[in-house]
Amino acid sequence: MILQHTADGILSGAIIGLGAIGLSFTMKILRFANFSHSELLTWGAYFGLIFVSVATAMGGFGGTFGPLSFGWPLILALVFAAVATSVLALLLHHLIFERLAKVTGHMTMVFASFGVALLLRNAVLLIFGADPIYYSNTLQFAVLLPGNVRVLPDQVFLLALTIVVVIALHLFMTRSRTGIAMRATAESPDLARVSGVNVNNVVRWVWVIGASGAAVAGVLYGLTVQLRPELGFALILPLFAAAILGGAGSLYGAVIGGLIVGLSENLSVMIIPTTYKPAVPFLLILAILYFRPQGLFGEKK
Amino acid sequence: MIGVISYLIFFLILALTFGIAVMGLNLQWGFTGLFNAGVAGFLAVGGYTHAILTGPARDAVFGGFELPFVVGLLGAMLASGLVAIVVGLVTLRLRDEYLAVATFGIAVSIQLVAVNWEYVTGGTLGLIGIPNPSKGLADGPLRQNAIYLGMVVLVAVLAYVGLQRIVQSPWGRVLKAIREDEVAAASLGKNPTRVRLESFVLGCALMGLSGGLYVGFIGFVGATDFLPIITFQIWTMLIVGGSGNMKGALLGAAVVWGVWTGSGFAISKIVAPEWQAQSGALQAVLIGLILVLTLLMRPKGMIGEDVHVSRHAADTT
Amino acid sequence: MTRRLTATDIVAGYRPDLPILHGVSAHLDAGEVVTIIGPNGAGKSTLIKSIAGLVKITSGIVEIDGADRTGTPAHLLAGAGVAYVPQTGNVFTTLTIRENLIVGGAALPKAEALAQIDRIFDQYPMLATKQSEKARVLSGGERQILAIARALLTSPKIILLDEPTAGLSPMAASELFDLVRGLVADGAAVLMVEQNAKAALKMSDRAYVLAEGENRIDGVASDLLENDEIGRIFLGARPEDVT
Repeated sequence: MILQHTADGILSGAIIGLGAIGLSFTMKILRFANFSHSELLTWGAYFGLIFVSVATAMGGFGGTFGPLSFGWPLILALVFAAVATSVLALLLHHLIFERLAKVTGHMTMVFASFGVALLLRNAVLLIFGADPIYYSNTLQFAVLLPGNVRVLPDQVFLLALTIVVVIALHLFMTRSRTGIAMRATAESPDLARVSGVNVNNVVRWVWVIGASGAAVAGVLYGLTVQLRPELGFALILPLFAAAILGGAGSLYGAVIGGLIVGLSENLSVMIIPTTYKPAVPFLLILAILYFRPQGLFGEKK
Repeated sequence: MIGVISYLIFFLILALTFGIAVMGLNLQWGFTGLFNAGVAGFLAVGGYTHAILTGPARDAVFGGFELPFVVGLLGAMLASGLVAIVVGLVTLRLRDEYLAVATFGIAVSIQLVAVNWEYVTGGTLGLIGIPNPSKGLADGPLRQNAIYLGMVVLVAVLAYVGLQRIVQSPWGRVLKAIREDEVAAASLGKNPTRVRLESFVLGCALMGLSGGLYVGFIGFVGATDFLPIITFQIWTMLIVGGSGNMKGALLGAAVVWGVWTGSGFAISKIVAPEWQAQSGALQAVLIGLILVLTLLMRPKGMIGEDVHVSRHAADTT
Repeated sequence: MTRRLTATDIVAGYRPDLPILHGVSAHLDAGEVVTIIGPNGAGKSTLIKSIAGLVKITSGIVEIDGADRTGTPAHLLAGAGVAYVPQTGNVFTTLTIRENLIVGGAALPKAEALAQIDRIFDQYPMLATKQSEKARVLSGGERQILAIARALLTSPKIILLDEPTAGLSPMAASELFDLVRGLVADGAAVLMVEQNAKAALKMSDRAYVLAEGENRIDGVASDLLENDEIGRIFLGARPEDVT
């Protein structure tokens, strides 16, 4: 049983980790806890749904890939969702958060993010209704792995894609000038400025990367679990736990934090009733803030 | 005419009930700079405690002490206060946004307990049959509500006067000193952590009181009564009223409650029938829009912020 | 003598309603090392931060190479030949030495930035050998060198230094001052804030004395070394007593 929980934990953790990257960076660079970040996962998932529905209606792009439940439409939907969610995030940034940051303190921005979250979540509810939806009705047969572990082919895809995305981000952050500038800005925006970095541009990149990660996480969640309007809201605490655990501003921190959260949640059902599982991320938050507030990879201020 | 008065009474009962919670939040944010994102949780603790203490015995559920109304309210305050002590000891050392995340998590956890701990909270069914003292004192809903309104007004006035006293007392002055220059206050022997905790606990106790009054009026309590949107509503009331004084807190409660119920009413009249089921979502979108627009157009954002900006002015990294 | 920088009647502060500088003026010519000294709270750091674009200037003019650059964002100033090295937090500790320099070249096109990095590595071999290590492993003196090297990547014409010798041993401080003197050999100019007033005056061309956000005295550094007025400005101590 423990191995199955571990497998489930890793898969859940992958989604949380991808989603937490953007949250971690906005917390560090923009210095506010963005309670609306989780809604970017929801919107990413539903943007994906729109694309898949349209593509399928237009006559599909060939069938599904082997044991997976999807074909080209979903792959392209991932790209579409990332782009669309990035546009959404940039809009929110320019129309709301950037303006507020200039005139108010960061707690007003936290409150505004509550309002934005409310807006985004209920907009999805209005447009798509409250019922759960799925990308496809294809039935999948679980693959049996050593140790009596069952995973769906889609879940294997999830893990593979997460690894690819994380590696790509790692390369971006360490090899490209923009990525290095981003890390520099995360450490010290002023020092970055006087070095010649256009911090406003870096901030835009942060939103795009964060939103893209969230969109991919959202689509993967929709793929392997289900789509529903509360998708993001249910993940707020796990996302914050991952970002705080990993240390705000750290890519690896967010991903590893996500894995830890996912594993803790899934392994915890061996000790506490399943219905209390959602409280586990919260307990992790309390623990890390008590023992090591800067997180695993963060810097002590 | 009676209809209007009847509605007005109903309206005022809820507005003032929330107003008490807003005053508690004002103490925490406006006077102490604590961003409590878990308001709904403390209302829930108070509401459930009151229900358990005053309600009738029920099968397979804890409680049913059938204690007097006032005892229920006091119990509500005590319970919320106790939870606040525990929460505060763990979280009050945290920086603003981490406190927001932690308190948000508290509310979510309390909600989880409310849904799952069936023995105490009745689970998803909740607790019903909570006695309303006005029912024994008069006939007919109009008179009963008028009496309940009287009780709520009394409690609100007591809370208001009490808070004003506290804020102007030596303790209140220490609070002000800490807000303006914590380091100096600490060097003078004041204990900022302890004062903050006391302010947090008192604020939460008021929220518990509010929860108790709410539950006593409605007559039942369920897990869906204290969702995060309540936290958002209470905060909005505080912002609209201008966090800085208690009068503003009460005024904000009335205004925002008015907008909330008004928009609900307008939506039910204007919107086509097939959308009615979504009216809650429509309301939320509307209120969210109004709030965000207000924040954008108000040049200085939340008033309480000014006081705290000075603390962080040196932080320009 | 090319005038590199002119700051006229600068009023600036971290909050618009609380100015720290109340109308300060200074200028800098090519090839000069100019020091700013003064008691704590005089606004010395604020002055160079406002020239660098980090602190908002409420009124006054900053001209660089004859062009009005008041209010220009910091990153554009960096691209226009202004380099600033803060007193603390002046290297990216989470980045490697090489990455620090890459950031330093942010305002340059990629190929040119890489070429400049090679140039810096030639000039400061210590940095080259440690280039893949994170900056946080460097000693205080080494960090200072990296901080300045980062700023030099763009071959700046105006170099602003905030207490470059703070926390350094007298030997390391002396070496750093030698380095600073070398910076102006090619026509650049250095404007630095120093607490180490005596030592700084000895190696500078000119100096400004600020107090309470205003100019008090300025002139040739060697003259100021003998000026008793300065001692009074520093709360009654004589210049020789100020270390």
